[in-house]
Amino acid sequence: MRQRMITIYIMGKPYEIPDGLTVMKAMEYTGHKFVRGCGCRGGFCGACGTVYRLPGDYKLKVGLACQMVAEEGMYLTMIPFYPANKALYDIEKVKPTLSGLVQLYPELSRCLGCRTCDKVCPQNLKVMDTMAAAMRGDIAKVANLSFDCIMCGLCASRCPAEIVQYYVSILCRRLYGKYIASKSFHLERRVAGISSGEYDAELLEMKVKDISEIKSLYNSRVIE
Amino acid sequence: MNYPANIYESIKIVEKTRPMRAKEKFPLLSPDDKQALLNSFHPDFREDTLRALKVGASKGFKVPHEVANLLESRSRLNPADINLNTPDYEVDVLIIGGGGAGAAAALMAQAEGASVIITTKLRLGDANTMMAQGGIQAATKENDTPLLHYLDMLGGGGFQNKPDLVELLVKEAPLVMSWLESLGCMFDKDKDGIFATIHGGGTCRKRMHFARDYTGAEIMRTLRDEVRNRRIEVIEFAPAIELLLDDDGQCAGAVLMNLERGTYQVVKAKTTILSTGGFGRLHVGGFPTSNHYGATADGLVMAYRVGVKLVFMEATQFHPTGAAYPEQIVGLLVTEKVRGVGAQLVNALGEQFIYPLETRDVVSSGIIKECYARERGVTTPTGMKGVWLDSPLIDFIHGTGTVAKELPAMVRQYERYGIDIAKEPILIYPTLHYQNGGIEINPNCETIIPNLYASGEVSGGIHGRNRLMGNSLMDVLVFGRKAGLAAARKSKGIKIGPLNLNHLGLYEKELELVGVKTELVSPLLLPDYTPDIRHGGGIE
Ligand SMILES: Cc1cc2nc3c(=O)[nH]c(=O)nc-3n(C[C@H](O)[C@H](O)[C@H](O)COP(=O)(O)OP(=O)(O)OC[C@H]3O[C@@H](n4cnc5c(N)ncnc54)[C@H](O)[C@@H]3O)c2cc1C
Ligand code: SF4
Ligand code: SF4
Ligand code: FES
Repeated sequence: MRQRMITIYIMGKPYEIPDGLTVMKAMEYTGHKFVRGCGCRGGFCGACGTVYRLPGDYKLKVGLACQMVAEEGMYLTMIPFYPANKALYDIEKVKPTLSGLVQLYPELSRCLGCRTCDKVCPQNLKVMDTMAAAMRGDIAKVANLSFDCIMCGLCASRCPAEIVQYYVSILCRRLYGKYIASKSFHLERRVAGISSGEYDAELLEMKVKDISEIKSLYNSRVIE
Repeated sequence: MNYPANIYESIKIVEKTRPMRAKEKFPLLSPDDKQALLNSFHPDFREDTLRALKVGASKGFKVPHEVANLLESRSRLNPADINLNTPDYEVDVLIIGGGGAGAAAALMAQAEGASVIITTKLRLGDANTMMAQGGIQAATKENDTPLLHYLDMLGGGGFQNKPDLVELLVKEAPLVMSWLESLGCMFDKDKDGIFATIHGGGTCRKRMHFARDYTGAEIMRTLRDEVRNRRIEVIEFAPAIELLLDDDGQCAGAVLMNLERGTYQVVKAKTTILSTGGFGRLHVGGFPTSNHYGATADGLVMAYRVGVKLVFMEATQFHPTGAAYPEQIVGLLVTEKVRGVGAQLVNALGEQFIYPLETRDVVSSGIIKECYARERGVTTPTGMKGVWLDSPLIDFIHGTGTVAKELPAMVRQYERYGIDIAKEPILIYPTLHYQNGGIEINPNCETIIPNLYASGEVSGGIHGRNRLMGNSLMDVLVFGRKAGLAAARKSKGIKIGPLNLNHLGLYEKELELVGVKTELVSPLLLPDYTPDIRHGGGIE
């Protein structure tokens, strides 16, 4: 069976490719070997943000090259890098409050509420609501809403207020994880036990047992 | 989703048997049955996948052909082309590889007062660490102990793990969790701070901590943020291509290649840490892979040329559940957590054929057997075979919405292709996942070459012949931290002499002597998925 071929335009140049490839595989098919723009190939690293249009539609669309399937007439470019402002901070000293956020990212207050960021997020996150929560100092909400962010940078590339949404978000997630979420008391207890050598003797003993004894201990262990 | 007819029909059968299966628990295999299954169906035991190395410190040991081809290749470098007398950088600790192990090492080494450079092939965090979804193991719960963790690791590893390394891992694991908590990693916990934990294949306690199904991403992006906050120098798109030695045979840094300009840079370092990760992109045995683009075994190649020993390279981990359909995502990982929260493995006839949480090697072998010996797989339009991972069963048992809540990354992955995994099962087949073996290290992460350290997936011994889910993320953090600390301390009392690359010539001589003729150069750096356009080729 001969594969159906379609035409796509990579940075303005037409190429014929078999139907059904992801944009990433389509670019490779046409001889582009990636150095930039390709990391995990699985939708996790955000290296492959891509902007495109379809014929007869003025709308700009976005997606991840490793995840979306190339379509007939797609007119595309990758944005593998975008200059973005990341604040440097000492997480031990930042306060988990609105003023803590605004001190590091004063541009937050410039958000126009235009929702462009929502439209371009390949993870379909509610980016504007996330920034609105940040402006209220609701760190827990930012942390939650932004959790699936892969830091691809597409939102920041289109934001008229020049906010870098994904850096604001990771700051909030770290503040949440460190200061707001409850500390794990069972972990603290275990760490104390290990530091005081509570488990050393039994581990030492196990290490020198012969394999057949370890095997039978293993095979008879209770699964809870 | 518009499935081909045969796939659609099989889905209907799976739906029909679901209510009955929901009550049925498939029995665990006996130790003997497990071994028999492995012997007959695991790729490691197939004669044609491995060959003995002809040269080097592990001469005579078997490794996959794809690894042997690279180890028995020539260097990319002609030593005459570079001037080693005027290094571009001088540093206490050079860290090669910017994944979880590299980032953890950098943070510890810098905190210890050393100057640090991370050099990495792609961007910082473009790494297998970023892709880990399922979770990370640590014995933090009341009903669990480091000893039970130890026992599970040994059982998983075929009782061949290096005891000292396992001991270190299980003892430090809770300390690492506490470190991650202090850096602000958002693990799933309840309002009282109790971690949510589940089983993984081969665990006797629920020990798997997770951050939704973005566990590795959450760890990696947090460490990356911290590396940047601490202003650690990171050189991106600059893979190391060879290690440097000095006149005393100590490791003394590396030669980097600028991937965009093709130029070389020399880094002179008092201590060097290899944390280059695994080898999935070598497509061992022709299998698809779950690994990131840069997982090409570079660290093994560079280290082997300076005389380091490799261990357990005959054991390769295939993850039982790689995507088999749709074609666009073949090989991508379907996290073990899907089985952890209750999905069964089911053949084309809607029957279970293996307990879903046996160890990975056993489950993979079971699936290969079901597809190719018992002929009860489902064939896709590209001719690939697979079996069902019955994800809708999760909602069936635990209530609607469980899949959406527990597996957002998986849901999103399949949604992109019009598949709702809460309603439709997932077609899977084993995928090349993890390099069980690697560079031999001691609990200080030292190799036999002075001042050369290794940590993370590039090293071997911790997991024996088979790693359990959740122990690798823990391994890269425990040993990454250890390597950073040990290398920083060591760097304080070291003098490095004039640099050389003499080992390259010696290694080539050795190859010639045993009659290996090769035009290949290595490390590979990046796989090439472009067709050979000059000859009018197409994609496979
Ligand atoms: C899809 C997937 C899911 C997984 N899920 C889990 C899980 O749930 N739990 C678990 O415990 N483990 C899991 N693992 C395994 C685990 O993620 C990895 O084994 C671990 O993260 C490896 O960490 P690392 O730092 O050693 O290597 P990596 O994270 O791969 O980092 C290696 C780095 O070195 C760089 N590099 C390579 N060559 C060179 C060179 N020549 N010069 C410079 N830099 C170089 C790479 O580009 C990369 O940045 C999973 C793996 C994958 C692929
Ligand atoms: S929030 Fe921004 S950076 Fe994060 S995934 Fe969406 S578009 Fe990408
Ligand atoms: S794009 Fe920028 S300005 Fe517009 S809603 Fe998003 S954050 Fe606000
Ligand atoms: S390559 Fe990582 S998200 Fe596409």
